[in-house]
Amino acid sequence: MNEFFSILKPELLITAIIFILLFVKITKTMKTSALLLLIQGLLLLNFVGGFFFNTEGNLFGDMYFSNHLLMMQKSILNLAVFLISLLFANCLRHHEHLPEYFILMLSALLGMFFMISSQNMLMFYLSLELATIPVAAMANFDLEKKASSEAAMKMILSSAFSSGILLFGISMLYGATGTISFNEIPFALDGSVLNILILVFIFTAFAFKLSIVPFHLWTADVYEGAPMATSAFLSVVSKGSVAFIFITMLYKVFQPMSETWYNMLIILSIATMVIGNLFAMRQQNIKRFLAFSSIAQVGFIMVAISSGSAKGISSVVYFVLIYVFSNLAAFGVASVIATQSGKERIDAYKGLYKTNPFLSWVLALALFSLAGIPPTAGFFGKLFLISAGAFKANYGYIAFVALNMIVSLYYYLVIVRAMFMDRNEQPIEKIHLHPANKIGLIICAGGIVCIGLISWIFDHIQSLVG
Amino acid sequence: MPNVIYILLIPILPFAAFLLLGLFGRKYIKNGAGIIGTLCMLIAAALALYIAYGYFFDYGKLDGVYRKIIPLKYNWLEFSPGISIDMGIVLDPISVMMLVVVTFISLMVHIYSLGYIKGEERFPTYYAFLGLFTFSMLGLVISTNIFQMYFFWELVGVSSFLLIGYYYDKPSAVAACKKAFIVTRFADLGFLIGILVLSYYGGTLDFNELIQRLASPESNEFKTAIASSFLGLSAITWGTVLVFIGGAGKSAMFPLHIWLPDAMEGPTPVSALIHAATMVVAGVFLVARLFPVFAISAPEALNLVGYVGAVSALFAAVIACTQTDIKRVLAYSTMSQIGYMMFALGVSGYGGEEGLGYTASMFHLFTHAMFKALLFLGAGAVIHYVHSNDMKDMGGLRKFMPVTHITFLIACLAIAGVPPFAGFFSKEEILLAAYQHNTSIYWIALITSGLTAFYMFRLYFNIFWNKEHHAHGEHHGEGGFVMMMPLILLAIGAAGAGFIHFGEFVSSDGAPLASVFHLQFSIAPVALGFAGILVAWILYKKQNDKPDKIAASVKSLYIAAYHKFYIDELYLFITKKILFNLIGRPVAWIDRHIVDGLMNAIGDLTRGIAELIKGFQSGKVQQYALYFLCGAVGLLLLFIYIWH
Repeated sequence: MNEFFSILKPELLITAIIFILLFVKITKTMKTSALLLLIQGLLLLNFVGGFFFNTEGNLFGDMYFSNHLLMMQKSILNLAVFLISLLFANCLRHHEHLPEYFILMLSALLGMFFMISSQNMLMFYLSLELATIPVAAMANFDLEKKASSEAAMKMILSSAFSSGILLFGISMLYGATGTISFNEIPFALDGSVLNILILVFIFTAFAFKLSIVPFHLWTADVYEGAPMATSAFLSVVSKGSVAFIFITMLYKVFQPMSETWYNMLIILSIATMVIGNLFAMRQQNIKRFLAFSSIAQVGFIMVAISSGSAKGISSVVYFVLIYVFSNLAAFGVASVIATQSGKERIDAYKGLYKTNPFLSWVLALALFSLAGIPPTAGFFGKLFLISAGAFKANYGYIAFVALNMIVSLYYYLVIVRAMFMDRNEQPIEKIHLHPANKIGLIICAGGIVCIGLISWIFDHIQSLVG
Repeated sequence: MPNVIYILLIPILPFAAFLLLGLFGRKYIKNGAGIIGTLCMLIAAALALYIAYGYFFDYGKLDGVYRKIIPLKYNWLEFSPGISIDMGIVLDPISVMMLVVVTFISLMVHIYSLGYIKGEERFPTYYAFLGLFTFSMLGLVISTNIFQMYFFWELVGVSSFLLIGYYYDKPSAVAACKKAFIVTRFADLGFLIGILVLSYYGGTLDFNELIQRLASPESNEFKTAIASSFLGLSAITWGTVLVFIGGAGKSAMFPLHIWLPDAMEGPTPVSALIHAATMVVAGVFLVARLFPVFAISAPEALNLVGYVGAVSALFAAVIACTQTDIKRVLAYSTMSQIGYMMFALGVSGYGGEEGLGYTASMFHLFTHAMFKALLFLGAGAVIHYVHSNDMKDMGGLRKFMPVTHITFLIACLAIAGVPPFAGFFSKEEILLAAYQHNTSIYWIALITSGLTAFYMFRLYFNIFWNKEHHAHGEHHGEGGFVMMMPLILLAIGAAGAGFIHFGEFVSSDGAPLASVFHLQFSIAPVALGFAGILVAWILYKKQNDKPDKIAASVKSLYIAAYHKFYIDELYLFITKKILFNLIGRPVAWIDRHIVDGLMNAIGDLTRGIAELIKGFQSGKVQQYALYFLCGAVGLLLLFIYIWH
């Protein structure tokens, strides 16, 4: 019994927080600002708690599995959610349905935890839905805005469509192999045409969640319409968790078909990077810009996944950790600016440095890291992703990836230039930062600067992967 | 064995000063900033001396040979087994010598700046940057790993950029710091590719292992590297040549020297530290660090080093004769002297008597640091006094600035190679090494040494003699004790450093090398040096204190000035008109029409494609589902019918 608690600790902690929030909501005992502080405290506790009393093991008749690497992945996701609670404090704290928002977010997080720990197709499917449906509700959270409802509607419809195809794939899998356990499937796969059908159908579900081209079309619309916190959650937490389970699915379940999915990854990653970069270049809205930039980033993650090696796993985990800091910092700055000045166009950022030097520096740092400029952490993240990808010794492909990295430099630097160099008669006025926002941004900036330089972190992740 | 903490403190103290002054300087410790920085440097310099004493006289020698000691090595980042970036400390004769040189010169500059920069708004920032620079330079010299060196190499570049651009409200300073950064960045690209080539063939980034593998003909790595050739040169030669390009950029070797004269826009003490004694010799240090690889495995590359050095030495000396900005004269002189160090390495062999050039090069690096820093600091005092860089505004200053005058004279005698000053001994060794191995380089060097004496004394007479100086009302003396003390200390170094038996301590293979001294050999260079001084004396030491000769002397002064003017014009004509039109214009045309055109074409192309495919993003969710399905079916078709 004791083991049960320690293995399932991350999920239990999240559930406990959900119950506390439900209780607070029902009794209506707290004001929203105090409530936000409570939520932040609980999430911090949850993050810190993730480092203690971790046990490896199986539960629920081998449906659920946990080890130290998974604990690490869950801690990264916990950290991201904690940072979201800080970074979006100023737009969330006046919301009357604040507890519901976090209940939804934590439910989705709970789904993700079960998802990355799943050992069985059924478990995987259920948790995937738990990780998706609350997010659609979160997208609708700007209740009075039409765009927000539209985003939610698009998301729920698209994900329903994707789930349909996934279920179709799973049912064929069961029909072909007679099992849905991750441990047994590999022995029953033989690479036949039916197996390819299964792989492609299941692959599309991941492609949809990760916004891999051409399954990415919902992304920009949803990011643009949804509240900023939801977009940030989608781009960082949701993508990170799906990338983790994607690796398990490919490396473990579809191991016998590695040749096929390797080629799939290569083709789609090229398409994803190119389309993501091209569209990111012509965006005028910062949210749509970040949507396409995150699509391009996923292309780089796929490069590392294609290696099919332990290095691929460790570099993806490391990259997601860095991505949490970099992308959340970018979203965080965009969010405070949008909340206070109502401006979301990139043109409006011209001359920002004159009025808001702190925000400009943090955003510049985040963009440098996303672009992979040394010595920010993003450079090391990309370095390991690409060197993992180079494992397969297909240098033409790697050269193409590097070329894309250079192209992406261009559009990240356009924003930096707008902030620091372009003149503007009416720059965005001085923005007052809520202390929580400031703390969050400082943590992100610190992470961007330090994580690459502290080599211990990557070594630790490598040792967990084994 | 040395205590690691002491060695570690040497770079960490300046870094601590940088952090402290950079973070809190402008708000909290405005006035104490200089003192804090100087104290940190003082302790670091004392520790460096302590380490040097211990290394050279106590634990450094094993069986009569100075060995490499690695007291600390931390595995910072492992790429694959064998290839890893380490952060560590190596103690060997050249790194210990550089520790002493860098900390000592930096300390002098710290002290001097207390007077020179006093009262400026960004005083703490200046000291913070000095600390950062010193830290990076020290990290560079103690590197155990070629990547560690590259890391600090770039950091040195950044801090130098910050210091040159210190007067950031002056457009010329901003242009200069950008130029320095871009030119050296370009060269550093060569360095980086060189590192990749060497590490690919050597299978390691560690200096020790790299040298062991690539400089011993028995090893497998050596055999493969020699066997794989490109355009007739082996992989090792290519690697070393590329590394040398990086070194040539930092050390302002022809034709990558163009940033150095402009870099004089920085504060003068900074020029003394960076552009005379420390950063610019990093290229020499780099070649010396990899010397066994150059000497044993890549003689072609070493030859290139020799000729580039010799050409730079002569080229810069000729230009120095025509400049009127005193800092620019010193800049070209620095380039010329570094050319000496480079070709001394180029004519050297590895081990025993053959390694005389190596010892001579390091010896000259050491003595040059003393007298060139002294010259720059002296020039700084002069500029501080007359508020101008131009010789026209100077003259007759010897009575007004006696300490500066005497110390400057000592430095000039040292650089001109007059015995018994420091420059004489090191230059003799270099000339001897060149004479023994490569006579054409020897003749270039000999001519250069005559020119050196001429332009240095032209500078000296123009500043301190020549016309009478009329004191204006606002004059404020030479500068206080803090500005005089470094001059005096450096003058002692410039006068006496030559008596050190350098070969005892520093040699290509670590075994002591007896200093040989041939009296008859010294006659030619010393005579040429005196001839140079004499010509300068005739041309520039004109006094107009005898009223009856005023007319005649003015006339001859005018004639001399006219000729000089003519040379300057010729030089300007060659550089500005011919070089600009023949090389600059075509390059600019290529840049504007081909490079830019290509960039625009790529930009247009991507924009065009983006325009073409934007229809995908229609906003209609049913269409998204259609594309989704098309994607899935497309993948299926691809993998079932084509790839299966």
